[in-house]
This record gives sequence, C-alpha cells and structure tokens, in this order.
Amino acid sequence: MMDLIIEPLSLAFMQRALMLGIVLGVLCAIVGSYMIVQQMGMLAHAISHSVMAGLPIAYVVGVALSVGALVAGVISALVLYLIESRSRVKTDAAMALILTSFVALGVTLVSILPGANRIDLVHILFGNILGVTMKEVWWSFAVAVAGIILVRLFYKELLFYTFDPKGARASGMPVHWYDASLIVAMTVTIVVCLPTVGALLVVALLVAPAVTAYLLVKELHQIMWVGSFIGSLSSVIGMYLSYYLDAPSGATIVLVAFCFFCLAFFLSPSEGLLVSLWRQYKRSKFVEADELLKMSGER
Amino acid sequence: MLEIQNLSIDYRGTRAVHNVSFCVPTGQLVGIIGPNGAGKSTLVEAILNLVPVTQGVIRFKGMPVKRQLLKTAYVPQRSLIDWDYPVTVWNVVMMAQTIQTGLFRGFSRQARYQAQAALERVGMYELRHRSIGELSGGQQQRVFLARALAKEADLLIFDEPFTAVDRKTEDIIFEIFQELRAAGKTLLVINHDLGDSLAIYDQLLLLNKRLIAQGARHEVVTSDNLERAYGRGLARVFA
Repeated sequence: MMDLIIEPLSLAFMQRALMLGIVLGVLCAIVGSYMIVQQMGMLAHAISHSVMAGLPIAYVVGVALSVGALVAGVISALVLYLIESRSRVKTDAAMALILTSFVALGVTLVSILPGANRIDLVHILFGNILGVTMKEVWWSFAVAVAGIILVRLFYKELLFYTFDPKGARASGMPVHWYDASLIVAMTVTIVVCLPTVGALLVVALLVAPAVTAYLLVKELHQIMWVGSFIGSLSSVIGMYLSYYLDAPSGATIVLVAFCFFCLAFFLSPSEGLLVSLWRQYKRSKFVEADELLKMSGER
Repeated sequence: MLEIQNLSIDYRGTRAVHNVSFCVPTGQLVGIIGPNGAGKSTLVEAILNLVPVTQGVIRFKGMPVKRQLLKTAYVPQRSLIDWDYPVTVWNVVMMAQTIQTGLFRGFSRQARYQAQAALERVGMYELRHRSIGELSGGQQQRVFLARALAKEADLLIFDEPFTAVDRKTEDIIFEIFQELRAAGKTLLVINHDLGDSLAIYDQLLLLNKRLIAQGARHEVVTSDNLERAYGRGLARVFA
C-alpha cells in the first residue's frame, strides 16, 4: 500500500504535479467561494473558453501566452458587461454568444496568423498537469499567496458587497471596483489553471470544492478552508488515479472533486439528501408512535 | 431636515419620478405609499445615490446625502438579498461597521459592542451564531433592523420592512421606529400596505411618479387622492 503512494513520488514530474495540484486546490477554492455566492459559475465558463482568443495573438506578438489569455479573458468579461448593460439581451444569451465567438476567433487566428498553428489547442482544452515545469509551479504558488493576502485584506468589504450589493453601495463602497476585482481574480485563476486542467475543465476545479464545502459549513471563510482542503485532496487523489489508470490527469481530478460533491450532497449532516430523508422517516415514525399512544390513552 | 427639491429621475429610458419636492423635519417618521411602479424605491435609491438624479436637489442637514453616507442606514427590500448566503447573524450586523472601520483593519471593541446592543434590542442576540438562512422572515428582518441600528445613523431608510414579517417582529419594528424618532432621527419608510399600520407615521407621502399628496394620514388617505394614485377600484376599497 505504502509503495503505491511512494512510488510515483520518486518521479520529478509527479512531484511537480502534486505540488501544483495542492496549490491550485487552495487557490481555486478561495476564488470559487466568491464565484458560488456571486453566481458567477457560467461567467467563469464563458471566460475560461474566451481566453483561447488571446493565445495566437500573444504568440505572434511575442509575449507570454498567459498574458494573451488573461487579456482576452478580461476583454470577454467587459464585452459581456457592455452587452448586458446597454441592451435588452439577457446574460445567458450574451454569455453563449461571447463564449462561442471568442473560441471561434481563437481557432481562426491559430490557422491564419503566421506561426500560430504551433499552438496545440487540444492541450489548451484539456491541459496536462504531468507536463508542468518548476517555473509554472512557482508562478502558481505566487498567485495563490497573493490571492490569500488580498482576500485576507479585503475580506469584510467583499463579504458585505457579495451579500448585499445594494446595501454596500448605499454605504458608499466603490462596488464596481470589487466586482471588477473578482472578475480579474477569477480570470487570473483560470489562466493559471489552463496548463493543468485545461479550458474545458477548469470551472469544475473552481466550483466543485467550494460548492461541496458550501453544503457542509455555514460561513464564507469556512467554505474557503474546507474547500481548499477538498480541492487539494481532489488534486492529489486525481493525480494518483491518473498515474495508475493512465487516464488524463485533468479529468480524473475533476471526477474526484465531483465524487466529494456527491458525498456532501447525500451525506452532509446539515442538509444532505439521505440525512434529511432519514430525519423525515424518523419523524413519521415518531408521529405514528405518538398517535398510537394517544389512541391507547383514549381507550 | 431632509429636503428634496424638484426631483426628477429617469430610469431605463422612462421617467420614474417627476418633479417631486418635499421636506422631512428632523425627528419625523415619514411613510411613502403608492402603487407598484410608482417610483417609491427609485426615490429612496436616488436619495442614497444608488441611481443618478436627472434633475433636482437632495440635501440632508444642508448637505448632499452622498457626502453623509456614514450617517445613513438603509434596509433594502428583502427580495434583493440571497438568503442562502453563507453568513451568520453576527456577521450581517457587523457589516454596518465595514466602512467606518476602514480598509485593512479589524472591527473595534466599540463596533462589536454596538452590534451586540443592536441585536439585543431586536431580541436576536441569542441567535447570533445562526446562519441567516435558518431564520424566519421576521427574524431576518429584525437582523437587518439591528444592522441599521448598529450604524447609529441619523437618516434611516427602509424599503418595505413589513413584508413577510410576523406580528412580534411588526411590534418590535414599530417600537424601534418610535424610539428612533424620540432620539431625533429622521426615518423614511416605504410602506406597501394601506391599512392601520399607516397610523404610526407623522407624515405620509402618496406617490405615483409625481407627489400626489403629502401630510397627515387623514389629509393624504382620502378617496380623491387614492383614486388619483391607484385608480378608481382600489380607492373605493381603502377610503
């Protein structure tokens, strides 16, 4: 048993992948906590795909691909905001439109821009955590630390704003800045996760651990703690599974995270489905016994 | 004194409030009534600088309200809040102190004391560790009332505070309104109901885009005024 755990650790690429997985588990859970309370899940999905439009441009201009991805992601959010605020088009339709258009732009630019066809779009879509470099691990670590510090510094303001945006604005809080910051934080997280789990699955890493914690605890900071633990654990277990099953790492990590969600959904002590069904059953038994008692009393 | 002069507000391309002027002397409890879509919420949102004013002047104690937001407390409509949000009663009330406390600082002992006193006043201190979602509608409204009290504001604005509340909560809200008025605070309350609850107000504003009537209850709630605000059918019921 111990061998099964220790053996992959002797490989340098597995060490890097595990370190990165733990770091991303923490980062995604923290950012994901805000996403679920702000109901930004679909926005994250749209941004995670829109980043593809920035890759070929970054490649041709000669800057880091992550910079291109970040800029494209933020621009897609801005375009969405513009469409929503300046027309009758609803959020849902605007997101579907932006997501597909930015992907189409990315795919087109990869084919027509000179040299850009060296970008492997399949790699962008699915990622490969086993191929990460030490530099990427350090970058992710730096982003995660910066994220934790920022959340610590602005926690009470973000709590007020995300719970009661109108009340926060009425208190004179610059809510547009907080809103924009959350979108930028989400986009940065998505970009950092791209090489690992890819554009298709990154949203799962953001949402699943946080939403699992949401079913288990009752305060935002607790969701961050518990979510970080679940996210990191999902990464580690997913990576081992991917190693032994020879399956894509991104997909196995997401599946493990989903299994944790299912466990919480059915078994959460406060609101799990099975737990509440069991309580209902006990209550009906209690009522039956009560009625029997009453009937025997009447006799 | 809260002064509103010639206030007009355009909202999403239509005129929501048209040329409204009124004054609320310090220490008065004022009710705003009117049909759905009459611009009641838009009016208070303009006072709080939440929607842009097309024309007119809003002043509290001689200065624009937007420069005195620290002295202003606001309880939004309950439909605007996500009651499944993971936050405890205590942390909701502490939100009142967020701006006063300032960035990068923790809440002071004084701030905590104010929150405790406010929660005790509305009878919710015992439930401070509960999730906001576990409470009844009335209890949730009392928590928001506590948040407004903890701010120790001079101008308090409530948007339909009596929606979905139980009798006990209604009584507590009435009592606290009286106390705040006695303490010289100015209160502006949007009231959906045209029944007996209107008796608590010093002054009523009947609004339907324009200010239709202003004054004591018997001056405002007349069949003539109600007909102008609500149309003929409803006016018959209430007058």
